[in-house]
Amino acid sequence: MTDSRTEPPVFTGMGVAAPNGLGTEAWWRATLEGRSGIAPVTRFDASGYPATLAGEVPGFDPKRHIPSRLLPQTDHMTRLALTAAEEALTDAKADPEQLPEFAVGVVTAASAGGFEFGQRELQALRSQGGQYVSAYQSFAWFYAVNTGQISIRHGLRGPSGVLVTEQAGGLDVVAQARRQLRRGSRMMVTGGVDGAICPWGWTAQLSGGRLSTVADPARAYLPFSGAARGHVPGEGGAILVLEDAGAARERGARVYGRLSGYASTFDPEPGREGEPGLRRAAELALDEAGLAPREIDVVFADAAGLPEPDRQEAAAIGRVFGPHGVPVTAPKTMTGRLAAGGAALDLGAALLTLRHAVIPPTVNVARPADEYALDLVTAARPGPVRAALVLARGQGGFNAAVVVTQ
Amino acid sequence: MAEMTLHQLTRLLRECAGEEEGVDLEGDVLDTPFTDLGYDSLAVLQAAGLIEREFGISLPDETIAEATTPRLLLAFVNESPSAAA
Repeated sequence: MTDSRTEPPVFTGMGVAAPNGLGTEAWWRATLEGRSGIAPVTRFDASGYPATLAGEVPGFDPKRHIPSRLLPQTDHMTRLALTAAEEALTDAKADPEQLPEFAVGVVTAASAGGFEFGQRELQALRSQGGQYVSAYQSFAWFYAVNTGQISIRHGLRGPSGVLVTEQAGGLDVVAQARRQLRRGSRMMVTGGVDGAICPWGWTAQLSGGRLSTVADPARAYLPFSGAARGHVPGEGGAILVLEDAGAARERGARVYGRLSGYASTFDPEPGREGEPGLRRAAELALDEAGLAPREIDVVFADAAGLPEPDRQEAAAIGRVFGPHGVPVTAPKTMTGRLAAGGAALDLGAALLTLRHAVIPPTVNVARPADEYALDLVTAARPGPVRAALVLARGQGGFNAAVVVTQ
Repeated sequence: MAEMTLHQLTRLLRECAGEEEGVDLEGDVLDTPFTDLGYDSLAVLQAAGLIEREFGISLPDETIAEATTPRLLLAFVNESPSAAA
């Protein structure tokens, strides 16, 4: 008899808020069809800024999706997170009320919390005075807010937390969730939903120097191409339910896939020579999964969209898998980079790739630059997928890799 | 300024903190604790801030913490010096 604590945990629920589709079904259909959600910014007037494109979640009506009590106290990205979390728990057919009080926890990835909410309240403070600042500013701007709101709304009182490792966060949280399962939790709500499409968030991202200033939505974010000029930022992400394998079996849950391997590494500190940590993260995650590179059927790339990090990632993939050695895809070319939500959405895509046996495409990149020697998937590619590797790199030197298997 | 009424208070709560599903704010809620109406301390604090601005009064934080029902909060508001002026 196997101890379920040593068995890989399983994903049993998924909720999505993505720029090319709200809800898992709409998003996955758009993703397979190669429909992009990148377009001129509508959430504020970005015409005076160098970058004018974003991936905004379509069809989101706060009044319809969020209870009225939560509207005055939530930033836009928290509302998206709550919507995705509700979908994920419904999808998992999980009723936390049927489980012991502290059996379900929440761990989400974040970057800076509710930027848009924070901007509005700071403006009120400066222009009108402290009396005009919402009492909800006390937490609505805070980076742990999504974890807190999800936990409160669904009564999830198990071990909870938040991780901030930029784009790597969407994978790092899943490892933290696994840690809590090993310590005795039955189920964890995890993943990440993020977004800061407001003047304050825009200015912060522009100062990072990685945003594309190309105005054509089809030409702005072209990872691994010779014309890579940076990325388009987006909002959204995915919330996933990760569950102890034994607990999932016991209740007959439908399983998307297993969390078979994970690793995180750091790049060498700035100014110091040395190979970036991405290859090592990928190899360590494969080791933990007990898989050889040839057993991986697809890689979901971080796809920074700038020559230097693209080169580094292509080199890492090449060293592990050999030139053109594995199908590589970047469906985030349809959403933009979603900060703490990005890798969680990629993980969702990897899980659906296992389930539906089709690899979603990278759009707008007709072919990758020859020097990268990548087998870039540029049209949906059917075929059995038993194991997928998801890569993510966070600004500041974070690398994370996850292996999911059937 | 005229006294603040229950109706004004519930309108204000709705406006700045929303409305809990299954709660009838139009009913006899004068002595119903805010927590039973779905409003936590932060929601009351938020409403108090709006009252201070609309009525030109000042409600100390300790007062707000003690106002656990609409009746108590209305009493504090309507007894406050500048409101009666």
